[in-house]
Amino acid sequence: MARRETPEINAGSMADIAFLLLIFFLVTTTMDVDSGIARKLPEKPPPGYKPPILKEKNVFEVNINRNNQFLVEGEYLNIDQIKETAKKFINNGGGTDEEGNECTWCTGEKDPRSSDHPSKAIISIQSDRATNYGPFIAVQNELEAAYTELRDELGLKLYGKTYTALVKDLLNDKKNEDLKKKIEDIKNKYPQIISEAEPTQ
Amino acid sequence: MSKFRKNKKGLPAISTASLPDIVFMLLFFFMVSTTMRETDLLIKKPSLPTANEVKKLEQKSLVSTIYIGKAKDSKQGAGDKIQLNDKLSTVKDVRAFIYSERAKHNEDEVPYMTVSIKADINSYVGTVTDIKVELREINALKVSYSSKKGNIKDNF
Repeated sequence: MARRETPEINAGSMADIAFLLLIFFLVTTTMDVDSGIARKLPEKPPPGYKPPILKEKNVFEVNINRNNQFLVEGEYLNIDQIKETAKKFINNGGGTDEEGNECTWCTGEKDPRSSDHPSKAIISIQSDRATNYGPFIAVQNELEAAYTELRDELGLKLYGKTYTALVKDLLNDKKNEDLKKKIEDIKNKYPQIISEAEPTQ
Repeated sequence: MSKFRKNKKGLPAISTASLPDIVFMLLFFFMVSTTMRETDLLIKKPSLPTANEVKKLEQKSLVSTIYIGKAKDSKQGAGDKIQLNDKLSTVKDVRAFIYSERAKHNEDEVPYMTVSIKADINSYVGTVTDIKVELREINALKVSYSSKKGNIKDNF
């Protein structure tokens, strides 16, 4: 018996089906990449822990009040001034670290009234409970920027490449021990010590 | 004149046979480059603060998100609301939320888990601090203040 040829299946509606799927995915998925300012909270102190006594000159105090104004080391500052002031404070290097070594990489003014050493320089952020979140993040960002800029400068001086560039290189080449060591070195020279004190009522 | 007439007669239809291929290509692109939306927001979509020192969060599965903002439903009252998973919660529920997030992962992944705080720029720092105190109590120390890239002047 002669077989009848099967007619070709109409594929015209294929596009419609695919479009339907496409629209479904467009609606149910999001494309945003979550990004933000990374912070590490301090560990909970053991009971009976006494906080160490710090010299006032080693603490850089940033206060934010409920009108979103900034008081930095007893002075009203604008948001764009915070970064420079913080950099000056961290980079001062007026004294020695715990082991009595001087900060040889600091390019600051060596003012005896400002911080002794980057490893001793502490930034304390104190905010009111009623402060808005936006200005709070702005301050966090400026302080982060101060550290990044100092690290960048040091990276350029020591290794001929900014810290940011080194970190980016490491992402492409995760097993490069040499690169890791360089980054650790810069990090240790400008350690980020930011304390977020409990807000005032 | 006769030339024109000849052309009109034999105009072939454009083949749409490759249209499904093109659409499938688009489909696969979107399937690969996007992620599923997990939660419905019960608060008004927070307008995130802007910052220029932002870092991307790697490994989405290790990130737990806490939303802070004003409630969509005015019956919930004014003031900052916290959303964990699919419901509005109080600060006290943060612990249970983090514990349940931890239970989803291996023990060795727990130190790498990050809490992403997505707060509206007009919410109060006090609310965020309350959450931070809770997180500190249960040793969830990696925090990311979710923000978009941009000029910090937009935060005021």
